[in-house]
Amino acid sequence: MVESKHRQPALDNCEWAVEARGLMKTFGDNRAVDGVDLNVRAGSIYGVLGPNGAGKTTTIRMLATLLRLDAGSARIFGYDVVKEPQIVRQLIGVTGQYASVDESLSATENLVIFSRLLGLGRAESRRKAAELLEEFGLTEAAKRPLKNFSGGMRRRLDLAASLIAQPPLIFLDEPTTGLDPRTRAQMWDTIRRLVKTGSTVLLTTQYLDEADQLADRIAVIDRGRVVAEGTVDELKASVGTSSLHLRVQHAQDTEDARQIVEQVLKVRSNVSAEAGRITAPMADADLVTDLLIALRTRGISLAEISVQKPTLDEVFLTITGQGVQESAPSESEISNRAEGVRA
Amino acid sequence: MSSTSMKRGTARPLKNYTSFGQSVRNSLTMAYRGLLKIRRTPEQLFDVTFQPIIFTLMFTYIFGGAISGDVQSYLPIIIPGILVQTVITTSIVTGVQLREDMEKGVFDRFKSLPIARIAPLAGALLADTIRYAIATVLTLVMGYIMGYRPEGGLANVAIAALLVIVCSWAISWIFAFFGVIARTASSVQGISMIVLFPLTFLSNAFVPVETMPNWLQWFVNINPISHLVSAVRDLANHGTIGTDVAITLIGAAVIVAVFAPLTVRAYMRRT
Repeated sequence: MVESKHRQPALDNCEWAVEARGLMKTFGDNRAVDGVDLNVRAGSIYGVLGPNGAGKTTTIRMLATLLRLDAGSARIFGYDVVKEPQIVRQLIGVTGQYASVDESLSATENLVIFSRLLGLGRAESRRKAAELLEEFGLTEAAKRPLKNFSGGMRRRLDLAASLIAQPPLIFLDEPTTGLDPRTRAQMWDTIRRLVKTGSTVLLTTQYLDEADQLADRIAVIDRGRVVAEGTVDELKASVGTSSLHLRVQHAQDTEDARQIVEQVLKVRSNVSAEAGRITAPMADADLVTDLLIALRTRGISLAEISVQKPTLDEVFLTITGQGVQESAPSESEISNRAEGVRA
Repeated sequence: MSSTSMKRGTARPLKNYTSFGQSVRNSLTMAYRGLLKIRRTPEQLFDVTFQPIIFTLMFTYIFGGAISGDVQSYLPIIIPGILVQTVITTSIVTGVQLREDMEKGVFDRFKSLPIARIAPLAGALLADTIRYAIATVLTLVMGYIMGYRPEGGLANVAIAALLVIVCSWAISWIFAFFGVIARTASSVQGISMIVLFPLTFLSNAFVPVETMPNWLQWFVNINPISHLVSAVRDLANHGTIGTDVAITLIGAAVIVAVFAPLTVRAYMRRT
């Protein structure tokens, strides 16, 4: 860790873009962030993975000086977010979950205003705006008011706005949530290019897939805590490379099928109440054959079976021992716990 | 991304404060944003267009006969009064719009930029002076059409108009403060009306102070709005700059000195 006491540490030599210790934030009775530690190496893409309400956005907002810390400390390239917020703001770009651009203005006007605020001259701002619009494929829509922009265009403009000052650290809060697959892939390309030019990216996502595609390291966050941290490979190894989804024809067979799945795959499975669907992580896709034979032997007929990439559900199932929890425990989860006790 | 466009931003000197010059530049840029917004949504100028016309017509013809005997001799009293009342009422909208604006995502970006904290507020307030200017001109034009011929001359009327605009800008800081602390835009409107009604009506804007009971005269005479109205009457009707102008400007300065820091602090504390 580089402990720099200089007023101006050489950022290029600074090893850590983000160092956060014991971040804490409470809203009323709700402890949104409960002791989060994060270390993000300069020049890398770091993914913060978690379900809705896990505290991802709150964490980013604290790191970006948008929200006060209740406890803990955070440094951006060695600068304290509480003591030196105005310096931190010169080092970061923030792209929020909800596009933080001006709805009533055009794309060009937005970028020109942000450029002017960042100290560029009039002509320079115009040039910069045109350059970024070109870069993000928005030139044709440059003069239209944002009201008519699609979600993807808005996100791209938002990201463009974060890049005006070429900040060495960029926060992306769920950059692709709600985007169609094609736009999503474009966004991923853009993010990868950013890192090639030397930026550090800290992104939050609900999709393991996305973290997998982009991030060098991942922190899994649940109910305000980091429950797992490591490289993508480490995390994947703990989750299994793929996941099994299975539905039986007769609902009364569900429990039997589930026991067979657990015996054959030697993992814990999860049953979603609404569809009677059994999901389980799978390390080896080859085991499906054994599973199918076992099911046939017991005379259980299947309605549907598929092997997919692990979803966030499976990550959570594996890491926290339970599925993604919203506010109240779902039925499947209660049955899951009861099952755990019996086993 | 071309390599020239992605030169690291760290070459800039890093400092943990914003200079006064930067604060002014940032505020002007934010004011430019406000003007662009007005140009894009001209319907938000409805109130400053119609209120001066309706209020001037209404109050003059309702009160004219009762207070001054006839409409014509009431005009020198009511036009400065209605001018102050209308323009200051317009400044409530500043607070309401600021509240609505702050709920949008773009304010998050303003907060994350290394700009003066006061700029988003000061800029919005500055842009709204265009609204006050429109209301001022329309009220005076309305008065002229109805037969008001200010004896102070055009130059003095212009100074009076400027004084009203400056004071409304100062007062808009009060409403901006409500805008920042209130939870919804409609509650800003509510609180602001409660503050504004006593201030504008318990003044010499519509009726001579002598007709009021003593205890009320006491308040009317210390009410800064009364001083502003008197200052405008002196300028427009007699072409003189009296002590009321000084009192008014001092009052405006005090309001800004108190409410601008309060508002900025509340703004920074929000989420």
